[in-house]
Amino acid sequence: MSFETLNSPLATSFDLPGRNRRPSTLGPWIAGRLGPLVSRYGLIVGFLVLWQISSKLGWVNPTIFPPLDLIIAALWEGISSGALLDDIAISLQRSGLAFASAVAIGIPLGLFMGQIRAVEQALDPLLQFFRQTSALALYPVFILLLGLGEASKVFVIFWATLFPLLLATIGGVKEVDTKLIEMARTYGAGPVTIFRRIVLPASVPAIFVGLRLSATTALLLLIAAEMIGANKGIGFQVMNAQYNFQVPLMFAAILLLALLGLAANAVLVLLQRKLCRWSQINA
Amino acid sequence: MSIAHAVRGEVTIRHLSKSFVLNGKPLPVLRDLNFKIRPGESLAIVGASGSGKTTLLRVLAGLEEADSGEVLIEGKVIRGVGTERAVIFQEPRLLPWLTVIDNVGFGLETQGLSREEARTRARRYVQLVGLQSFENAYPRQLSGGMAQRVGIARALAVQPEILLLDEPLGALDAMTKISMQQELARIWRDEDVTTVLVTHDLEEAIYLADRILILPKDKGGEPRLIEIDLPRPRDRSTPAFVRHREELLNLFGLH
Repeated sequence: MSFETLNSPLATSFDLPGRNRRPSTLGPWIAGRLGPLVSRYGLIVGFLVLWQISSKLGWVNPTIFPPLDLIIAALWEGISSGALLDDIAISLQRSGLAFASAVAIGIPLGLFMGQIRAVEQALDPLLQFFRQTSALALYPVFILLLGLGEASKVFVIFWATLFPLLLATIGGVKEVDTKLIEMARTYGAGPVTIFRRIVLPASVPAIFVGLRLSATTALLLLIAAEMIGANKGIGFQVMNAQYNFQVPLMFAAILLLALLGLAANAVLVLLQRKLCRWSQINA
Repeated sequence: MSIAHAVRGEVTIRHLSKSFVLNGKPLPVLRDLNFKIRPGESLAIVGASGSGKTTLLRVLAGLEEADSGEVLIEGKVIRGVGTERAVIFQEPRLLPWLTVIDNVGFGLETQGLSREEARTRARRYVQLVGLQSFENAYPRQLSGGMAQRVGIARALAVQPEILLLDEPLGALDAMTKISMQQELARIWRDEDVTTVLVTHDLEEAIYLADRILILPKDKGGEPRLIEIDLPRPRDRSTPAFVRHREELLNLFGLH
Protein backbone atom coordinates (compact mmCIF):
# COMPACT_ATOMS: atom_id res chain seq x y z
CA MET A 1 0.00 0.00 0.00
CA SER A 2 2.61 2.52 1.09
CA PHE A 3 4.83 2.62 -1.95
CA GLU A 4 2.38 3.32 -4.73
CA THR A 5 0.77 6.20 -2.88
CA LEU A 6 4.13 7.88 -2.55
CA ASN A 7 4.70 7.87 -6.27
CA SER A 8 3.88 10.94 -8.29
CA PRO A 9 0.41 10.96 -9.89
CA LEU A 10 2.02 10.66 -13.30
CA ALA A 11 3.97 7.54 -12.39
CA THR A 12 0.90 6.03 -10.75
CA SER A 13 -1.30 6.42 -13.78
CA PHE A 14 1.48 5.26 -16.04
CA ASP A 15 2.66 2.17 -14.21
CA LEU A 16 -0.22 0.86 -12.17
CA PRO A 17 -3.49 1.91 -13.71
CA GLY A 18 -5.17 -1.40 -12.90
CA ARG A 19 -4.77 -0.94 -9.16
CA ASN A 20 -6.24 2.46 -8.61
CA ARG A 21 -9.12 2.85 -11.04
CA ARG A 22 -11.07 0.95 -13.63
CA PRO A 23 -9.05 0.35 -16.79
CA SER A 24 -10.16 2.41 -19.75
CA THR A 25 -8.39 0.18 -22.26
CA LEU A 26 -7.18 -3.37 -22.17
CA GLY A 27 -3.59 -2.60 -23.21
CA PRO A 28 -2.37 -0.71 -20.10
CA TRP A 29 -4.41 -3.06 -17.92
CA ILE A 30 -2.48 -6.06 -19.21
CA ALA A 31 0.79 -4.17 -18.93
CA GLY A 32 -0.08 -3.24 -15.36
CA ARG A 33 -0.82 -6.83 -14.42
CA LEU A 34 2.06 -8.29 -16.39
CA GLY A 35 4.70 -5.81 -15.17
CA PRO A 36 5.33 -7.39 -11.76
CA LEU A 37 5.20 -10.90 -13.26
CA VAL A 38 7.75 -10.02 -15.91
CA SER A 39 10.16 -8.42 -13.45
CA ARG A 40 9.88 -11.40 -11.11
CA TYR A 41 9.83 -14.36 -13.49
CA GLY A 42 11.08 -12.86 -16.76
CA LEU A 43 14.66 -14.04 -16.33
CA ILE A 44 13.81 -17.64 -15.53
CA VAL A 45 11.35 -17.84 -18.44
CA GLY A 46 14.00 -16.32 -20.70
CA PHE A 47 16.55 -18.88 -19.51
CA LEU A 48 14.19 -21.80 -20.22
CA VAL A 49 13.28 -20.44 -23.66
CA LEU A 50 16.97 -19.97 -24.49
CA TRP A 51 17.68 -23.56 -23.37
CA GLN A 52 14.92 -24.94 -25.57
CA ILE A 53 15.88 -22.90 -28.65
CA SER A 54 19.63 -23.44 -28.41
CA SER A 55 19.16 -27.19 -27.99
CA LYS A 56 16.66 -27.45 -30.85
CA LEU A 57 18.77 -25.34 -33.21
CA GLY A 58 21.96 -27.16 -32.27
CA TRP A 59 23.73 -24.15 -30.70
CA VAL A 60 24.68 -26.56 -27.93
CA ASN A 61 25.14 -30.31 -28.16
CA PRO A 62 21.59 -31.69 -27.76
CA THR A 63 22.85 -35.07 -26.49
CA ILE A 64 24.33 -33.32 -23.44
CA PHE A 65 21.73 -30.53 -23.19
CA PRO A 66 18.54 -32.13 -24.48
CA PRO A 67 15.62 -29.83 -25.24
CA LEU A 68 13.24 -29.14 -22.38
CA ASP A 69 10.33 -30.99 -23.91
CA LEU A 70 12.37 -34.22 -23.82
CA ILE A 71 13.32 -33.64 -20.18
CA ILE A 72 9.72 -32.92 -19.18
CA ALA A 73 8.56 -35.95 -21.17
CA ALA A 74 11.09 -38.11 -19.32
CA LEU A 75 9.93 -36.70 -16.01
CA TRP A 76 6.28 -37.25 -16.88
CA GLU A 77 6.96 -40.80 -18.02
CA GLY A 78 8.91 -41.59 -14.87
CA ILE A 79 6.12 -40.27 -12.66
CA SER A 80 3.14 -41.63 -14.58
CA SER A 81 4.68 -45.09 -14.96
CA GLY A 82 5.47 -45.07 -11.26
CA ALA A 83 9.17 -45.75 -11.84
CA LEU A 84 10.30 -42.46 -10.26
CA LEU A 85 7.68 -42.53 -7.50
CA ASP A 86 9.60 -45.18 -5.57
CA ASP A 87 12.71 -43.05 -5.83
CA ILE A 88 10.88 -39.94 -4.65
CA ALA A 89 9.41 -41.86 -1.71
CA ILE A 90 12.71 -43.32 -0.53
CA SER A 91 14.52 -39.98 -0.96
CA LEU A 92 11.86 -38.07 0.93
CA GLN A 93 11.99 -40.69 3.64
CA ARG A 94 15.76 -40.36 4.00
CA SER A 95 15.87 -36.55 4.06
CA GLY A 96 12.63 -36.33 6.00
CA LEU A 97 13.86 -38.64 8.74
CA ALA A 98 17.20 -36.83 8.95
CA PHE A 99 15.56 -33.39 8.93
CA ALA A 100 13.00 -34.40 11.55
CA SER A 101 15.74 -35.76 13.81
CA ALA A 102 17.76 -32.58 13.36
CA VAL A 103 14.67 -30.53 14.32
CA ALA A 104 13.86 -32.76 17.30
CA ILE A 105 17.42 -32.55 18.63
CA GLY A 106 18.73 -29.24 17.27
CA ILE A 107 15.96 -26.88 18.43
CA PRO A 108 15.65 -28.08 22.05
CA LEU A 109 19.42 -28.37 22.38
CA GLY A 110 19.89 -24.90 20.87
CA LEU A 111 17.28 -23.38 23.18
CA PHE A 112 18.99 -24.99 26.15
CA MET A 113 22.53 -24.05 25.10
CA GLY A 114 21.60 -20.48 24.22
CA GLN A 115 20.12 -19.95 27.68
CA ILE A 116 23.05 -21.19 29.71
CA ARG A 117 26.14 -19.17 28.99
CA ALA A 118 28.61 -21.57 30.55
CA VAL A 119 27.34 -24.51 28.48
CA GLU A 120 27.32 -22.45 25.31
CA GLN A 121 30.86 -21.18 25.88
CA ALA A 122 32.17 -24.64 26.67
CA LEU A 123 30.55 -26.25 23.64
CA ASP A 124 31.04 -23.47 21.10
CA PRO A 125 34.62 -24.34 19.99
CA LEU A 126 33.60 -27.97 19.52
CA LEU A 127 30.55 -26.96 17.53
CA GLN A 128 32.54 -24.60 15.34
CA PHE A 129 35.05 -27.39 14.70
CA PHE A 130 32.33 -29.88 13.74
CA ARG A 131 30.62 -27.32 11.58
CA GLN A 132 33.78 -26.67 9.61
CA THR A 133 34.25 -30.39 9.06
CA SER A 134 32.43 -31.24 5.87
CA ALA A 135 29.74 -33.84 6.36
CA LEU A 136 30.79 -35.36 3.06
CA ALA A 137 34.35 -35.85 4.33
CA LEU A 138 32.89 -37.66 7.33
CA TYR A 139 30.64 -39.87 5.20
CA PRO A 140 33.29 -42.64 4.88
CA VAL A 141 33.61 -42.59 8.67
CA PHE A 142 29.85 -42.96 9.06
CA ILE A 143 29.88 -45.84 6.56
CA LEU A 144 32.61 -47.56 8.59
CA LEU A 145 30.60 -47.12 11.75
CA LEU A 146 27.07 -47.72 10.49
CA GLY A 147 27.53 -49.82 7.36
CA LEU A 148 26.52 -49.08 3.82
CA GLY A 149 22.76 -49.26 4.47
CA GLU A 150 20.10 -46.71 5.34
CA ALA A 151 21.60 -45.75 8.71
CA SER A 152 24.73 -44.13 7.33
CA LYS A 153 22.77 -42.29 4.61
CA VAL A 154 20.28 -40.84 7.05
CA PHE A 155 23.02 -40.05 9.52
CA VAL A 156 25.18 -38.07 7.10
CA ILE A 157 22.16 -35.94 6.13
CA PHE A 158 21.23 -35.54 9.80
CA TRP A 159 24.78 -34.47 10.62
CA ALA A 160 24.80 -31.83 7.90
CA THR A 161 21.35 -30.46 8.78
CA LEU A 162 21.88 -30.41 12.54
CA PHE A 163 24.50 -27.67 12.67
CA PRO A 164 22.79 -24.87 10.75
CA LEU A 165 19.69 -25.41 12.84
CA LEU A 166 21.52 -25.70 16.16
CA LEU A 167 23.67 -22.63 15.55
CA ALA A 168 20.72 -20.55 14.31
CA THR A 169 18.70 -21.49 17.40
CA ILE A 170 21.57 -20.67 19.77
CA GLY A 171 22.04 -17.38 17.97
CA GLY A 172 18.33 -16.60 18.23
CA VAL A 173 18.27 -17.24 21.97
CA LYS A 174 21.44 -15.21 22.57
CA GLU A 175 20.03 -12.27 20.63
CA VAL A 176 16.91 -11.99 22.79
CA ASP A 177 16.63 -8.43 24.10
CA THR A 178 17.66 -8.54 27.77
CA LYS A 179 15.58 -5.39 28.32
CA LEU A 180 12.44 -7.39 27.57
CA ILE A 181 13.53 -10.06 30.06
CA GLU A 182 14.11 -7.36 32.67
CA MET A 183 10.66 -5.93 31.94
CA ALA A 184 9.07 -9.36 32.44
CA ARG A 185 10.96 -9.79 35.72
CA THR A 186 9.43 -6.58 37.09
CA TYR A 187 6.00 -8.16 36.59
CA GLY A 188 7.07 -11.15 38.67
CA ALA A 189 7.81 -13.52 35.78
CA GLY A 190 9.96 -16.50 36.81
CA PRO A 191 12.45 -18.35 34.58
CA VAL A 192 9.79 -20.65 33.09
CA THR A 193 7.47 -17.78 32.18
CA ILE A 194 10.37 -15.77 30.77
CA PHE A 195 11.39 -18.72 28.61
CA ARG A 196 7.86 -19.41 27.39
CA ARG A 197 6.69 -15.84 26.88
CA ILE A 198 9.91 -14.02 25.87
CA VAL A 199 12.81 -16.27 24.84
CA LEU A 200 10.81 -18.74 22.76
CA PRO A 201 8.75 -16.29 20.68
CA ALA A 202 11.75 -14.00 20.22
CA SER A 203 13.82 -16.89 18.83
CA VAL A 204 11.25 -18.09 16.30
CA PRO A 205 12.44 -15.91 13.36
CA ALA A 206 16.06 -17.07 13.84
CA ILE A 207 14.92 -20.70 14.16
CA PHE A 208 13.12 -20.39 10.83
CA VAL A 209 16.29 -19.15 9.15
CA GLY A 210 17.94 -22.32 10.46
CA LEU A 211 15.04 -24.50 9.34
CA ARG A 212 15.16 -23.19 5.80
CA LEU A 213 18.93 -23.59 5.62
CA SER A 214 18.66 -27.12 7.00
CA ALA A 215 15.88 -28.14 4.60
CA THR A 216 18.01 -27.04 1.65
CA THR A 217 21.03 -28.85 3.07
CA ALA A 218 19.00 -32.03 3.56
CA LEU A 219 18.20 -32.17 -0.16
CA LEU A 220 21.76 -31.27 -1.20
CA LEU A 221 23.25 -34.01 0.95
CA LEU A 222 20.71 -36.49 -0.32
CA ILE A 223 22.44 -36.65 -3.69
CA ALA A 224 25.84 -37.31 -2.17
CA ALA A 225 24.41 -39.91 0.19
CA GLU A 226 22.65 -41.72 -2.63
CA MET A 227 25.67 -41.74 -4.90
CA ILE A 228 27.37 -44.36 -2.76
CA GLY A 229 25.87 -47.79 -2.19
CA ALA A 230 22.30 -46.92 -3.14
CA ASN A 231 20.05 -48.61 -5.67
CA LYS A 232 17.09 -46.29 -5.27
CA GLY A 233 16.41 -42.62 -4.73
CA ILE A 234 16.49 -39.47 -6.82
CA GLY A 235 20.22 -39.04 -6.27
CA PHE A 236 20.79 -42.61 -7.43
CA GLN A 237 18.69 -41.88 -10.53
CA VAL A 238 20.85 -38.89 -11.42
CA MET A 239 23.98 -41.06 -11.28
CA ASN A 240 22.37 -44.10 -12.87
CA ALA A 241 20.91 -42.16 -15.77
CA GLN A 242 24.29 -40.60 -16.39
CA TYR A 243 26.02 -44.02 -16.45
CA ASN A 244 23.44 -45.30 -18.91
CA PHE A 245 23.58 -42.10 -20.93
CA GLN A 246 19.85 -41.41 -20.42
CA VAL A 247 20.56 -37.70 -20.37
CA PRO A 248 16.92 -36.49 -20.41
CA LEU A 249 16.17 -38.73 -17.41
CA MET A 250 19.24 -37.38 -15.63
CA PHE A 251 18.01 -33.81 -16.09
CA ALA A 252 14.52 -34.89 -15.10
CA ALA A 253 15.85 -36.16 -11.76
CA ILE A 254 17.84 -32.96 -11.25
CA LEU A 255 14.73 -30.90 -12.02
CA LEU A 256 12.76 -33.00 -9.56
CA LEU A 257 15.26 -32.24 -6.80
CA ALA A 258 15.09 -28.53 -7.51
CA LEU A 259 11.29 -28.65 -7.37
CA LEU A 260 11.38 -30.54 -4.07
CA GLY A 261 13.73 -27.89 -2.66
CA LEU A 262 11.44 -25.10 -3.81
CA ALA A 263 8.42 -26.86 -2.32
CA ALA A 264 10.13 -27.40 1.05
CA ASN A 265 11.16 -23.76 1.16
CA ALA A 266 7.65 -22.59 0.22
CA VAL A 267 6.09 -24.68 3.00
CA LEU A 268 8.52 -23.22 5.55
CA VAL A 269 7.97 -19.65 4.34
CA LEU A 270 4.22 -20.16 4.63
CA LEU A 271 4.58 -21.55 8.14
CA GLN A 272 6.85 -18.67 9.11
CA ARG A 273 4.32 -16.12 7.80
CA LYS A 274 1.64 -17.77 9.93
CA LEU A 275 3.75 -17.94 13.07
CA CYS A 276 5.53 -14.59 12.77
CA ARG A 277 2.79 -12.30 11.55
CA TRP A 278 4.08 -9.68 13.98
CA SER A 279 7.46 -9.37 12.31
CA GLN A 280 6.12 -8.38 8.89
CA ILE A 281 6.01 -4.73 8.05
CA ASN A 282 2.57 -4.80 6.48
CA ALA A 283 1.01 -7.46 8.66
CA MET B 1 -7.41 -2.40 56.90
CA SER B 2 -7.49 1.31 57.74
CA ILE B 3 -3.92 1.18 59.04
CA ALA B 4 -2.74 -0.73 55.98
CA HIS B 5 -4.43 1.84 53.79
CA ALA B 6 -2.76 4.70 55.61
CA VAL B 7 0.71 3.46 54.66
CA ARG B 8 -0.19 2.04 51.27
CA GLY B 9 2.57 3.06 48.92
CA GLU B 10 4.87 4.46 51.59
CA VAL B 11 8.57 4.02 50.86
CA THR B 12 11.39 4.52 53.33
CA ILE B 13 15.01 4.69 52.22
CA ARG B 14 17.60 4.19 54.96
CA HIS B 15 21.38 4.70 54.69
CA LEU B 16 21.36 3.62 51.07
CA SER B 17 24.77 3.43 49.38
CA LYS B 18 25.81 1.98 46.08
CA SER B 19 28.96 2.14 44.01
CA PHE B 20 30.01 0.62 40.72
CA VAL B 21 33.44 -0.60 39.79
CA LEU B 22 34.95 1.36 36.92
CA ASN B 23 38.41 0.39 35.58
CA GLY B 24 39.08 -1.50 38.81
CA LYS B 25 38.26 1.50 41.02
CA PRO B 26 35.05 1.87 42.99
CA LEU B 27 32.87 4.72 41.74
CA PRO B 28 30.37 5.82 44.36
CA VAL B 29 26.94 6.63 42.90
CA LEU B 30 24.71 6.89 45.96
CA ARG B 31 26.10 7.80 49.38
CA ASP B 32 24.15 7.26 52.58
CA LEU B 33 20.80 8.37 51.24
CA ASN B 34 17.90 8.80 53.69
CA PHE B 35 14.38 9.92 52.91
CA LYS B 36 10.72 8.93 52.89
CA ILE B 37 8.31 8.89 49.99
CA ARG B 38 4.85 9.82 51.19
CA PRO B 39 1.97 7.53 50.32
CA GLY B 40 0.20 8.68 47.19
CA GLU B 41 2.61 11.51 46.36
CA SER B 42 4.38 12.14 43.08
CA LEU B 43 8.10 12.43 43.66
CA ALA B 44 10.42 13.54 40.90
CA ILE B 45 14.13 12.76 41.07
CA VAL B 46 16.39 15.11 39.15
CA GLY B 47 20.15 15.44 38.96
CA ALA B 48 22.97 15.80 36.49
CA SER B 49 24.17 12.79 34.52
CA GLY B 50 26.04 10.48 36.85
CA SER B 51 24.19 11.70 39.93
CA GLY B 52 22.73 8.23 40.41
CA LYS B 53 19.06 8.98 39.76
CA THR B 54 18.51 6.00 37.50
CA THR B 55 20.49 3.78 39.87
CA LEU B 56 18.27 4.89 42.74
CA LEU B 57 15.16 4.02 40.72
CA ARG B 58 16.57 0.62 39.79
CA VAL B 59 17.32 -0.10 43.45
CA LEU B 60 13.73 0.87 44.31
CA ALA B 61 12.52 -1.44 41.53
CA GLY B 62 14.63 -4.26 42.89
CA LEU B 63 16.61 -4.57 39.66
CA GLU B 64 19.87 -3.54 41.38
CA GLU B 65 21.04 -4.38 44.86
CA ALA B 66 22.35 -1.69 47.18
CA ASP B 67 25.79 -2.17 48.75
CA SER B 68 24.44 -1.14 52.12
CA GLY B 69 21.28 0.32 53.60
CA GLU B 70 17.74 -0.72 52.89
CA VAL B 71 14.49 0.16 51.19
CA LEU B 72 11.26 -0.44 53.10
CA ILE B 73 7.86 -0.53 51.49
CA GLU B 74 5.03 -0.26 54.00
CA GLY B 75 7.50 -1.11 56.71
CA LYS B 76 8.91 -4.24 55.06
CA VAL B 77 12.43 -4.47 53.64
CA ILE B 78 12.28 -5.27 49.92
CA ARG B 79 14.17 -8.16 48.37
CA GLY B 80 14.36 -7.93 44.59
CA VAL B 81 11.38 -7.15 42.40
CA GLY B 82 7.84 -7.17 43.73
CA THR B 83 4.37 -7.04 42.26
CA GLU B 84 3.37 -4.00 44.37
CA ARG B 85 5.77 -2.01 42.17
CA ALA B 86 5.61 -1.47 38.41
CA VAL B 87 8.32 0.09 36.27
CA ILE B 88 7.97 2.24 33.15
CA PHE B 89 11.25 2.40 31.27
CA GLN B 90 12.58 4.97 28.85
CA GLU B 91 11.94 2.54 25.98
CA PRO B 92 8.43 1.10 25.89
CA ARG B 93 9.81 -2.48 25.99
CA LEU B 94 6.74 -3.97 24.31
CA LEU B 95 6.68 -7.57 23.15
CA PRO B 96 6.65 -7.30 19.34
CA TRP B 97 4.68 -10.55 18.91
CA LEU B 98 1.76 -9.41 21.06
CA THR B 99 -1.00 -6.99 20.07
CA VAL B 100 -1.59 -3.79 22.05
CA ILE B 101 -4.29 -5.36 24.23
CA ASP B 102 -2.13 -8.41 25.02
CA ASN B 103 0.89 -6.24 25.78
CA VAL B 104 -1.22 -4.27 28.26
CA GLY B 105 -2.47 -7.55 29.74
CA PHE B 106 1.04 -9.06 29.93
CA GLY B 107 1.65 -8.15 33.58
CA LEU B 108 -1.78 -9.45 34.55
CA GLU B 109 -1.11 -12.75 32.79
CA THR B 110 2.26 -13.26 34.48
CA GLN B 111 0.49 -12.60 37.75
CA GLY B 112 -1.87 -15.51 37.13
CA LEU B 113 -4.85 -14.27 35.12
CA SER B 114 -5.98 -16.16 32.02
CA ARG B 115 -5.56 -14.50 28.63
CA GLU B 116 -9.28 -13.67 28.49
CA GLU B 117 -9.45 -12.25 32.02
CA ALA B 118 -6.33 -10.22 31.34
CA ARG B 119 -7.86 -8.82 28.14
CA THR B 120 -11.05 -7.84 29.91
CA ARG B 121 -9.14 -5.90 32.55
CA ALA B 122 -6.57 -4.54 30.11
CA ARG B 123 -9.32 -3.01 27.95
CA ARG B 124 -10.01 -0.33 30.59
CA TYR B 125 -6.37 0.76 30.59
CA VAL B 126 -6.13 0.75 26.81
CA GLN B 127 -9.05 3.19 26.88
CA LEU B 128 -7.41 5.20 29.66
CA VAL B 129 -4.45 5.95 27.38
CA GLY B 130 -6.76 6.53 24.40
CA LEU B 131 -5.68 3.59 22.23
CA GLN B 132 -8.97 1.67 22.00
CA SER B 133 -8.94 1.77 18.20
CA PHE B 134 -5.42 0.21 18.20
CA GLU B 135 -6.23 -2.76 20.45
CA ASN B 136 -5.28 -5.29 17.79
CA ALA B 137 -2.29 -3.44 16.33
CA TYR B 138 1.24 -4.80 16.71
CA PRO B 139 3.94 -2.63 18.31
CA ARG B 140 5.77 -2.00 15.03
CA GLN B 141 2.67 -0.29 13.71
CA LEU B 142 2.72 2.28 16.53
CA SER B 143 4.47 5.65 16.81
CA GLY B 144 6.92 6.29 19.66
CA GLY B 145 4.36 8.14 21.75
CA MET B 146 1.69 5.49 21.21
CA ALA B 147 4.12 2.71 22.14
CA GLN B 148 5.04 4.50 25.35
CA ARG B 149 1.34 4.89 26.17
CA VAL B 150 0.99 1.12 25.84
CA GLY B 151 3.89 0.71 28.28
CA ILE B 152 2.17 3.07 30.72
CA ALA B 153 -1.13 1.20 30.40
CA ARG B 154 0.64 -2.13 30.99
CA ALA B 155 2.14 -0.80 34.24
CA LEU B 156 -1.14 0.72 35.46
CA ALA B 157 -3.12 -2.44 34.61
CA VAL B 158 -1.48 -4.43 37.43
CA GLN B 159 -2.69 -1.70 39.81
CA PRO B 160 0.64 -1.19 41.53
CA GLU B 161 0.98 0.73 44.78
CA ILE B 162 4.16 2.33 43.51
CA LEU B 163 4.85 3.34 39.94
CA LEU B 164 8.51 3.84 39.05
CA LEU B 165 9.24 5.84 35.89
CA ASP B 166 12.73 6.04 34.40
CA GLU B 167 12.78 9.04 32.03
CA PRO B 168 9.61 7.74 30.39
CA LEU B 169 9.24 10.67 27.99
CA GLY B 170 12.95 11.20 27.34
CA ALA B 171 12.89 9.72 23.84
CA LEU B 172 9.81 11.56 22.58
CA ASP B 173 9.64 14.71 20.48
CA ALA B 174 8.78 17.99 22.19
CA MET B 175 5.11 18.12 21.16
CA THR B 176 4.34 14.52 22.04
CA LYS B 177 6.19 15.03 25.30
CA ILE B 178 3.97 17.92 26.42
CA SER B 179 0.77 16.08 25.56
CA MET B 180 2.02 12.99 27.38
CA GLN B 181 2.89 15.09 30.45
CA GLN B 182 -0.69 16.34 30.49
CA GLU B 183 -1.92 12.79 30.14
CA LEU B 184 0.30 11.55 32.99
CA ALA B 185 -0.96 14.38 35.23
CA ARG B 186 -4.54 13.36 34.46
CA ILE B 187 -3.87 9.64 35.06
CA TRP B 188 -2.10 10.30 38.37
CA ARG B 189 -5.00 12.38 39.57
CA ASP B 190 -7.41 9.50 38.88
CA GLU B 191 -5.33 6.48 39.94
CA ASP B 192 -4.45 5.77 43.55
CA VAL B 193 -0.72 5.30 43.17
CA THR B 194 2.57 6.62 44.55
CA THR B 195 4.81 7.69 41.69
CA VAL B 196 8.56 8.12 41.48
CA LEU B 197 9.66 9.86 38.29
CA VAL B 198 13.29 10.09 37.24
CA THR B 199 13.75 12.88 34.71
CA HIS B 200 16.39 15.26 33.42
CA ASP B 201 13.69 17.73 32.38
CA LEU B 202 13.24 20.27 35.19
CA GLU B 203 10.03 21.68 33.76
CA GLU B 204 8.56 18.17 33.58
CA ALA B 205 9.48 17.65 37.23
CA ILE B 206 7.75 20.90 38.29
CA TYR B 207 4.74 20.13 36.11
CA LEU B 208 4.17 16.64 37.51
CA ALA B 209 5.65 16.35 40.99
CA ASP B 210 4.50 17.16 44.51
CA ARG B 211 8.14 17.12 45.63
CA ILE B 212 11.43 17.10 43.79
CA LEU B 213 14.49 15.29 45.06
CA ILE B 214 17.71 16.79 43.72
CA LEU B 215 20.67 14.47 43.80
CA PRO B 216 24.06 16.19 44.05
CA LYS B 217 26.58 15.49 41.36
CA ASP B 218 29.56 15.64 43.68
CA LYS B 219 29.20 12.90 46.25
CA GLY B 220 30.11 15.14 49.18
CA GLY B 221 27.03 17.29 48.59
CA GLU B 222 23.70 16.77 50.29
CA PRO B 223 20.55 15.81 48.38
CA ARG B 224 17.77 18.40 48.58
CA LEU B 225 14.00 18.13 48.61
CA ILE B 226 11.80 20.88 47.20
CA GLU B 227 8.04 21.11 47.71
CA ILE B 228 6.06 22.11 44.63
CA ASP B 229 2.91 23.52 46.11
CA LEU B 230 1.12 24.58 42.95
CA PRO B 231 -2.56 24.02 42.18
CA ARG B 232 -3.41 21.42 39.52
CA PRO B 233 -3.80 21.32 36.62
CA ARG B 234 -0.58 23.29 36.46
CA ASP B 235 0.17 26.11 34.09
CA ARG B 236 3.75 26.47 32.91
CA SER B 237 3.40 30.22 32.37
CA THR B 238 2.34 31.31 35.88
CA PRO B 239 4.87 33.37 37.90
CA ALA B 240 4.96 30.69 40.62
CA PHE B 241 5.86 28.00 38.08
CA VAL B 242 8.56 30.18 36.57
CA ARG B 243 9.95 30.95 40.05
CA HIS B 244 10.28 27.24 40.79
CA ARG B 245 12.12 26.73 37.53
CA GLU B 246 14.54 29.53 38.33
CA GLU B 247 15.11 28.13 41.80
CA LEU B 248 15.99 24.75 40.31
CA LEU B 249 18.22 26.23 37.64
CA ASN B 250 20.05 28.18 40.37
CA LEU B 251 20.61 24.98 42.30
CA PHE B 252 22.28 23.52 39.22
CA GLY B 253 24.33 26.71 38.81
CA LEU B 254 22.71 27.43 35.48
CA HIS B 255 21.45 30.91 36.08
